[in-house]
Formats: sequence, C-alpha cells, structure tokens
Amino acid sequence: MIDVGTYIEHFINWLTANFSGFFDGVNYGMTNFIGGVEAFWVWMPFYVTIALMAGLAFWRAGIGNGFLTLLGLLFIYAMGYWDQTMQTFALVLSSTVLALALGIPLGIWSARSQTANRIIRPILDFMQTMPAFVYLIPAVLFFGLGTVPGAFATIIFAMPPVVRLTSLGIQQVPEDIVEATKAFGATSRQLLLKVQVPLAMPSILAGVNQTIMMALSMVVIASMIGAKGLGEIVLQGISQLRIGMGFEGGLAVVLLAIILDRITQHLGKSK
Amino acid sequence: MTKILIEDLYLIFGKHREKALKQSREGKSKAEVLSSTGCTVAVTNASLNIEEGEIFVIMGLSGSGKSTLLRCINRLIEPTAGKILVNNQDITRSTDKELLNIRRKEFAMVFQHFGLLPHRTVLSNVAFGLEIQGIPKEEREQKARETIALVGLEGYEDMKVSELSGGMQQRVGLARGLANDPEVLLMDEAFSALDPLIRNQMQDELLILQEKMQKTIVFITHDLDEAIKLGDRIAIMKDGEIVQVGTSEDILTAPADDYVKSFVEKVERGKIVTASSVMFEKPTVARLKKDGPEVVIRKMRDAGLKTIPVIRTNRTFIGFVQLEDVIEAKKKGAKSIEEIVNTEVHSVYPDTTVEDMLPILTETDLPIPVVNEENFLLGLVSQTSIIVEMTGKDKEEIQGIIQNAIDL
Repeated sequence: MIDVGTYIEHFINWLTANFSGFFDGVNYGMTNFIGGVEAFWVWMPFYVTIALMAGLAFWRAGIGNGFLTLLGLLFIYAMGYWDQTMQTFALVLSSTVLALALGIPLGIWSARSQTANRIIRPILDFMQTMPAFVYLIPAVLFFGLGTVPGAFATIIFAMPPVVRLTSLGIQQVPEDIVEATKAFGATSRQLLLKVQVPLAMPSILAGVNQTIMMALSMVVIASMIGAKGLGEIVLQGISQLRIGMGFEGGLAVVLLAIILDRITQHLGKSK
Repeated sequence: MTKILIEDLYLIFGKHREKALKQSREGKSKAEVLSSTGCTVAVTNASLNIEEGEIFVIMGLSGSGKSTLLRCINRLIEPTAGKILVNNQDITRSTDKELLNIRRKEFAMVFQHFGLLPHRTVLSNVAFGLEIQGIPKEEREQKARETIALVGLEGYEDMKVSELSGGMQQRVGLARGLANDPEVLLMDEAFSALDPLIRNQMQDELLILQEKMQKTIVFITHDLDEAIKLGDRIAIMKDGEIVQVGTSEDILTAPADDYVKSFVEKVERGKIVTASSVMFEKPTVARLKKDGPEVVIRKMRDAGLKTIPVIRTNRTFIGFVQLEDVIEAKKKGAKSIEEIVNTEVHSVYPDTTVEDMLPILTETDLPIPVVNEENFLLGLVSQTSIIVEMTGKDKEEIQGIIQNAIDL
C-alpha cells in the first residue's frame, strides 16, 4: 500500500513549519482586505446598497433585472438576514477579486505559452475535481479558523473557470487579426492589450461570472471553518434541525446568486 | 530600382529542417523530402526581384506557397534559408527591434479575410497602424480621415466594421494599410473573398490609386485574370517553386511549361495578346517610287504572295497592291505602281489587342498592317493568326479541325 496521505501530511506540515511567516503575512493582508470590504458593506445603509445594486442592474441588464434585484434584496432585508448577506457578499466579492487577479494573468500566460498551458491545465483539473471540503483542512492549518481560510478555499475552488475561459478567449482570437496586428509592427504587449484581451472580453467575462457563481456555492462550506455570513445560518439550520432557518439562509444565497449572475452576465454586452 | 530582392529562399516546416534543406538543395522533390525527413517544403529556391513602383503579382493555386512566400517578406514567417533584401538590407538578419520598425514604416499588409478589429470603429481601425507606432490621437485620426476619403468611405468613420459589407471592410483594410504611408503594400488574396462584381471594382480602384501613389505592391492571387489585370509583372508558383516570371503577355505567349500553359488556356487571350506578338515581322514590301510593276511581280512570286504592302522610301506605310492589278498595270505598260495602290486600309498599333482587331476583319480580307506612331510599317497580322489567337488552339489542333471539316 502506498501511504499517500502521510506524504501529503508531511508536505503540509513542512509548509506550515517553514513558511509560517509567509502565511501569516498573507493572513494579515487578507484579513485586512476582506475585513475592509465586509465592514464597508455592513456599514453602508441597506437602502443605499439596494438602490446601488438595483440601479446597476437596471442600467446594464434592463428593467426586468432591475426590478428583480430590487425585490430580491428587499425580500432578503425583510427576512432579517441583511448583515449576513452583506458578509457573504463581501466574502464572495473579495474572493472573486483575488481569484481574478490570479486567474486572468494565468489564463493569458497559458494562452501564450504551450509550456505554461501544459503545466497549468492538469492543476486546474485537480483544483476543480477535488471535493471542495478537502481544501478546508490545509486552509485551517495555514490560516487557522475564520474568514481568511474560507476565502482561501473559495479562491482555489472558484479560480479555474476564469483561467480556462481567459485562455480560451485569447486562443479564439482569429489568426488573421493576430497576424494583421503583428504585420503592423505591434509588440507582443500591444498585441495583448489592444487586440487579444479586448476580443477575448466576452469569454473572460463569462469566466468572471462563473467564478462568482462558484464562489457563492462555497459559502456554506466555508462557513464550516468559521467564515461569517449566510453559510452560518444554513449550517445552524442543519445542526439544530431547524428546517425553516436553513431554507431562509439557502433562499438568500440563491437570490444573491441570481442577482449577481444577471448583473455580471450583462456587464460585457453593449446595450 | 530594385525594392525587394529575394535570393535562394527556402521555407521548410518540420523538425529536421537542416536535413530537409540539404536534400531540397540537392534537387529532391517535395514528396521525396517529406517521406525521408517528415518535413514539408513550402518554398523552394525562390529568387525574385521586385522593382520600386510596380505591381508584382505572385500567382499560384492553394498550397503553391505563394502566401507563405509573402509572409517571409515581412518575416511573419521566418524563412529557413536565403536572403531577403529590402532597400539592399538583408531583413533576415534584422534584430527584433529593427524588424518592428521595418514592419511599421516599410510595409503594410492587406489580408484576404480583412483582419480588422470588429470591436472598433472604421476610424480607429484605419488609425491602428499609427496607433501602434505611438502617434498622438489627433494626428493619427487626421491622417486616418484622409485615407478613408481616399478609399471612398467618407461618412462611415464612426461605424463598427462588423456592420459593413465585405467590400467595404476590405476598403477599410486597404485604408489601414495606406494610412501608414508604407513603401511596400503586401496584399494577400486581398480581393478573393469578395463577390466578382465588387472584386472587379476594387481592382479598378486599386489601379487608379496606384496611378497616384506609385507604391510597390506585392499582390498574391490564385486568379490569373486578376493577375493579368493588376500585374506589371507576374510570378507563377507551383509546389513552392517559381515557375515563370514575366509580364502577362510573356506568360500568355510563351508559357514556360505545361503547368503555366494549362493556366493560360483558360484566359481570354484576345484581351491580352497584342498585335506586336502575333504580327509577322519584316514582311516583303514594295517600294512606291523604286519598284516598278516588273520588280513587284517578281517579289510577290518569290514570296508566294497575292498582296504586298507598299511603303515610301522613308518606310512610311501607304497601302497594298494586288497581284492581278500589278499584272494588269504591266500589260498597260505602266512604269510605276502608284495608280493601283489601295490606300483604304485600316492599320493598327503594336499594342492593339487581338480582340480590338476583330472588327477590322469584317471590313477587309487583307492582312492588317501594324505601324508605329510615325506610320512606319512594323509588320503584318494575317487574318488566320487572329483567328488562331482567339481560339487559343495551336496549329496542329486547327489542322485537325480543318481536316475533320473536309472529311464531312
């Protein structure tokens, strides 16, 4: 029998022992970042937030989605889960931002380099198929309990789609356009910024949308290691067998998901 | 002046290029090289000189290596061996930085499928080359507007290119190329994706633009009619080799091999072949003052002629005399042939096409004299040779047809 588990354990222990300074630094940075985002949304009066979100949905995604957002958020407020929803929103938002900050460059890199692509792809497969619960363990070992390890697990789980779709989008830019750009003497940077990224934008935005959805689906799992928000409500509902409470939390997650999906889906499209 | 000189250029795709190159240089065929090294030879031993200000057409079927050869000129594809001299500088040795500069200043390229940026407007597409060069917005848009006017797209500046028709998109492509004010325009099957009517129109406009601009244009096409219409000179490629280089008339009248011949057969020769290439040069002539009926009859008998062109002492052409008229004149005891010359003759210039000579056939059964601007007689075009040219068949085939007709 090969005792793979032991090796992984050793590896994780070795990481925690030798890179504790690094993890502490990351922990500190992420705590401040997520804490800041969370504090902002919780501090913001609910009617301002609702007005902002509904306005954005109305502007980018049309009247129907504007109303949907307005009613959805009012409903969440009426259920009495506004603060938890904002905590979840903050977690999703900051995880997504970090996942995009890592994922888009990785996607660009793997589109432009065969070697990078060959290394990145299996890692993405691994990240996507590994059951999300498994990430919780090293997350806790590295960062302790709380929102940061939740965000860490969320980032790992939510990053693959944006990497893949960025890479795909860039690879799908028609060869003759790339060739034309080169023929006019564009540097590789100009090619990327003026041609490849703008043309890949619909695909990249689809990746952003997917990343947000994946991040939302991690909410409950992340709350198992102490991330605050709607996940806590669901978890409480499960542990105390309070069906109503569990459903309320779940419903709030679904509404938030629908609203974010509608808004981000329409961001890239011109009106 | 030679603008682009290509010397012994090879382009090979695959892993064992060195080996393939050696074999190809030894004269092995594409198929042989492929089977022994697994490499595809796209261009073999290409040498060309492209003169400043000419439209040079490279013609061949798909897979002949013409587009790859074009891409070697601005090194979108790296040639495996050989030299490419642009303004006497070997660009295969240029550094990346020099290459960018050459692509920015020296060349502009127009593509078959346009290669435009669909998310941008016409204006910003045309200004794209200048944008790459880092020219300020005001200035590049000013220049772009001028070029847009040049290709007849005024009023479309703010439209997205995806909203335009194919023909208009290619005008944008052309304008984008011209906005850079390049020395050389590389056009890769630029009109092939357009429908025939628009294609024709674009060809005409390119020729009109070229009158004004006098750029060096390298034009790739698979269409011989297009090559003939546009090209000052044409290179024909087959299987990565350049089979023949010459003017359209050179290629039509003296195809280098059967491959070129098979192309040429489909062309409307009447529109291209001119009097100068079908005329019979230095015909036997009668001199008006010097040759009396006696001499003329002897000349005609020796040459086996029934009619003979008459010239003055200074070689200017006057008309024809018929054998029976000369004999008649001799019987009457005339001393000169001046009385009997038929001066009502239609003559043509050397660059008159065979097609334009056809109507003359309805007026006369005499050969058609070819004269220059001073009215010197250069040669004669027989009626038979006009018909032979128009049919595009060779003498043997025509003999065969006549034989069949007799047998009937």
